[in-house]
Order: sequence, then structure tokens, then C-alpha cells
Amino acid sequence: MIELAGLSTVYPNGVRAVDALDLSINDGEFFALLGPSGCGKTTLLRTIAGLEQSSSGTIMLGGNDVTRVEAGKRGVAMVFQDYALFPHMTVAQNIAYPLRVRRASRQAQQDAAVSTSADLGLSALLERRPAQLSGGQQQRVALARAIAMSADVLLLDEPLSNLDARLRLEARTFLKRLQRDLGLTTVFVTHDQAEALALADRIAVMAEGRIRQLGTPKEVFQRPADTFVANFIGSTPMNLLTGTVRDGFVEVAGARLPAPAPSLTDGAPVVAGIRPEYLRPATEGITGTVSIVENLGVTSLVTLECPGEVLVGLTVPEHEEPAVGSTMTAAPAPGRLLLYDGETNQLV
Amino acid sequence: MTFKTMLRRSLYTVLIAALLAFFAVPMLWLASAPFDSDPGVGLRWPDWTLDNWRVTFSHPYALGSLVNSIVLCAVATIVTTALGTLAAYALSRVRIPGRDALLYVLLLLSSVVTGTAAMVPIFVLMLQLGLINSQYATGLVIAGGLLPAAIFILKDFIDTVPRSYEESARVFGASPWQVLRDVVLPVARPGIATILVWAFVQAWGNFLLPFLLLREVDAQPAAVLLRTLRDEGGSANLTVIPVFSLLYAVPVVALYLFVSKRYGFRFHGGIKA
Repeated sequence: MIELAGLSTVYPNGVRAVDALDLSINDGEFFALLGPSGCGKTTLLRTIAGLEQSSSGTIMLGGNDVTRVEAGKRGVAMVFQDYALFPHMTVAQNIAYPLRVRRASRQAQQDAAVSTSADLGLSALLERRPAQLSGGQQQRVALARAIAMSADVLLLDEPLSNLDARLRLEARTFLKRLQRDLGLTTVFVTHDQAEALALADRIAVMAEGRIRQLGTPKEVFQRPADTFVANFIGSTPMNLLTGTVRDGFVEVAGARLPAPAPSLTDGAPVVAGIRPEYLRPATEGITGTVSIVENLGVTSLVTLECPGEVLVGLTVPEHEEPAVGSTMTAAPAPGRLLLYDGETNQLV
Repeated sequence: MTFKTMLRRSLYTVLIAALLAFFAVPMLWLASAPFDSDPGVGLRWPDWTLDNWRVTFSHPYALGSLVNSIVLCAVATIVTTALGTLAAYALSRVRIPGRDALLYVLLLLSSVVTGTAAMVPIFVLMLQLGLINSQYATGLVIAGGLLPAAIFILKDFIDTVPRSYEESARVFGASPWQVLRDVVLPVARPGIATILVWAFVQAWGNFLLPFLLLREVDAQPAAVLLRTLRDEGGSANLTVIPVFSLLYAVPVVALYLFVSKRYGFRFHGGIKA
């Protein structure tokens, strides 16, 4: 179990990369730190690993305070974004390196390399050098080396970002199965929301060194806590439309939609959030002119130009594409309209 | 082929041949003169004999000077490579204000330190320390002159070793010493090998410092002794000089071949993972 309390990491130049952060990660959990670049997610990971000194707060691992314990003595293994495989060592030597550091016997090093590499399908590659491996193989060697350390916690920095798009999906499935089989508490950093949604048991969405939302992929996807998270999560950007509340309805983009929270005061400014995937063609709702149709494969993303120069996106099945220039009406699926406070941008 | 291109090509070939001859003649002389019964300064097919070798080996200082050279160069090379590597690693990894300025100033001063300008103070310093006629001390002075350039070049090599390598080793529990031994040194090895050979060659050919600091004839290295190889009449001793020159060239070539084969040379940083 990882427990962070009031953790801050401030760089010498005064940047608060991690800002008074509280977080606890359960044993065996696959946990994602998600956010745009510069949000402090990598610094947080490095602080847990001990590569960055925290400025205040505490880090507890399995009940022990490791805040001032140096890297390598925390029982934390880490896989770097570039894998950091040692180019002058063979695959076997790379995998056995954590044991070599601890001065384990040659036999123990050999055994660790053989058994760990077998688990990751690397047995045939033991005598190769990293330069002779494909990107996916390099990643598996880096994982094997981290696993050979037999640490309690595994940290992954952008584990899939160095792979090409095709391989990434394969590696994602592999990673998820591996984590489940090992049952190892795993924290990974990513800027790719699809990766976080697909892999993680829970996600912390970060911005400016703080956690904006903590929850399961479903919670984060379906009910983003604020407009920042709403904007960040989802492969097609969420429609965020400014409007006002009147008589239990939301007036937005020239339409009146039933408000999900009837307690709102009349005239309050709100932001209505609807995912394009949750908008459906309807007889009543948001009406606009079809201006752009983008083919996404199974679905198409249609952009509607609505009154007041508001653009609304919705997805339609591939065989129901409307003609460009035609008029179309769409309404949110039941329970899928989210309202954010117009001033604080928080979910109402 | 037109006449014009033919003419151009022949002129080109003649020019290249002349250039090659210019550089090849001394080499051929070095290969043939030691085995000639009457070596001259010109090049000719030798009248084979090994007498020159016998005379050279019986020369009172010739072989001793080569041993002196090796001691002197070993000290200078080991000190330069070891300290240069450690200093370059520190300067590459630790951020201190004015680091680059420091490096450039060192580099600039290094040509002064072992250059002619500082000869008198260095001589006086060594005299007062009682280190005249010591090969070890002379090796240290030469190393002092080589270090700035060595640090400058090695820092460039070590800069290209990704930090993630070291951080990765640290996360696995490696001590700073283990990080250096297991990761940084092996990855920077082509650079270190280059500096090793470079330092050796610099020290091997250095004349001025050993000439000033090693006053006894039996303490002098080969580079200094070469100048004193004269016969009774005061003209160059062409019996000893060709053999001595060939022997003088051997260690440098041997070291180059050994290091090049074993470690591979590179004159720039950059690694491929």
C-alpha cells in the first residue's frame, strides 16, 4: 500500500511540481497518473521512486515511512520511458542487474534471468544486446529487469509511448495481463487518456501538481469532476457549451434541455457537458447545420453549427451519416447531460 | 573519354602520387635505413645488415631512454585518464554556476601551463620540491597540462550517456561507485580509450618539459635523447638514429592498434541503445 500525505516536490527554480498531494494506492492495484505534460505526474512518480527529494509531506510504503530513504532501498522498481537498458550488457545481464547490485551469486543471477525471461517470452533473446531488439522486446526486457528486483511496487513512466501505434495496443493487453498475473502494486504515468482508461483500476487526473479527480475509469469517463477533466478525457473532445438555467431547463446552443439537477437557481450561468458519443439524433433538442463529417471508422464525428456560432459534435453510426449542409437535431441520452458551475467549473 | 577528361585525370593522378610520395618517403626510410650497412639521409634499396641494431643496443643510453619514456608516459597517461574521467563525470552531472566558463578557462590556461611561458616557474617549483630528474614528477607535470583538454573532451562523451541509465541503476540499489563502474564507464569507454591513446602520444612526443626537468642523461626519455645522438664529429649518428627511431615509433603504433581493436575509437560522443 502506498500512502502519500501532504506531499510536495519543489524544484530549485521554485516550480511546485507536486503540490500538497494526498493519495493512497491499494495493494495489487493498477493505478494511473494521468495528465497533460508539465502537470507533475512524472515528478510524483520519481518522488515515490526516490529520484527526487520531496520538500514536505510523507511517503509510506507498506506501512514504513520511506520519505527520506534513498532510491534503491525503498523496495520500488521502475521502468523508464526510454527503458534505460544498458547497451553494453546482454539481455540476461540486464535482467540480472538488480541481483548483481546486491552481490547475489552468479548462479542466482543466472536463475533469475532465465526464469523471469521465460515469464515474458524472452528466453530466445538472452544473449542479445539491447540494440538488436525491437521496441516491444526492449520494453519486455525492461519489465523483466524491474520484476527481477522482486520489489513490492512497480513504477512505469509512460510505458507505451515509445512504441508505434500498432504495437502499443498489443503491449497494452500484455501489460494488463502481466500486472494481473503478478498482482504487483503498479503505478504508471501517462498523458494518453485512452491508455489510462484501458489499463488502470483507478485513475488520478492531475493538473498543476494537484489531483483534479480520483476514480475508476468509468467514473472519470462518465462523470468528470470539472471541465478540465471533461476536456481531457475521451478520444473525441466533450462538448462544453455555456448556457443558463431557466425553469428547470438549460438553455444552451439555442435549445432547451431538461436540467439534470432541478435545484439550480434561475439565471445561473452553467457549462453543459455532453460527450459526442452520448448525443443521438432526435426530434427535439439541439438543432444545427451539418458542417463537417469526419470518418472515425465504425462511427463518424459530425460537427453541427448551432445558433450563436456554437459548434456541437456528435457521433453517428457509419451508415447514418447526414449530408453536409443538411439540418440535424440531436439530444443527449438520458442521464448523460452533465452541468458544471459557470464560475467554479465544478460538476453540479 | 575525351582528351580533356583524360588530361584532367592524369594530372590528378600525378598530383596524388606526388603527395603520397611526400608522405611515404620518410616511412620507407624508417623501414629500410635501420637495415642498411651505410644508412644516409636519402632513400635507397638497403644493403642488408643487422649491425646497426647491435651498435644501438650497445649504446649506453638508448634502451634506458626508451624505458624512461615508458615510465614517464605511463604516469602521465594513467593520471590524465583516471582524473580526467572522474572530473568529466562530475562536471557533466553536477550543475554548478559558470561550469562552461570554467572549462573554457581551463582549456585556455592549459596551453600556458605546459607552454613555454610557464617554464621558468615550473622549473623553479620542481627544483625547490627536489623533483628534478624524477620521471614520475615530470609525468605529473605533463598530466597537468593534458587534463583540461581531456576533461573537455570526456565531458562531451559523458554528456551523451542518458541520465536514465544511472537513475535506473540507482533504483535497483546501485551505489554511486557501482553506477560509475557498471554503467557510466562502460558506456563512455570509446571516449576513454581515445583519451588514453591521445594522452600517451602527447606525453611520448613531449620534448620541452622532460628536457628541462630531467637534467641527467640517464634519466632522459627517448624524445630528448634523440637530439643528442651524434658521432664524435658532431654530425648526426646515422648508425643509431634509424634503429632508435624505429624503436621509438613502435609503442605508439602498438598501443593504437591494441586499443583500436579492443575498444574501438570514436572522436565524438553519442551512443545507440
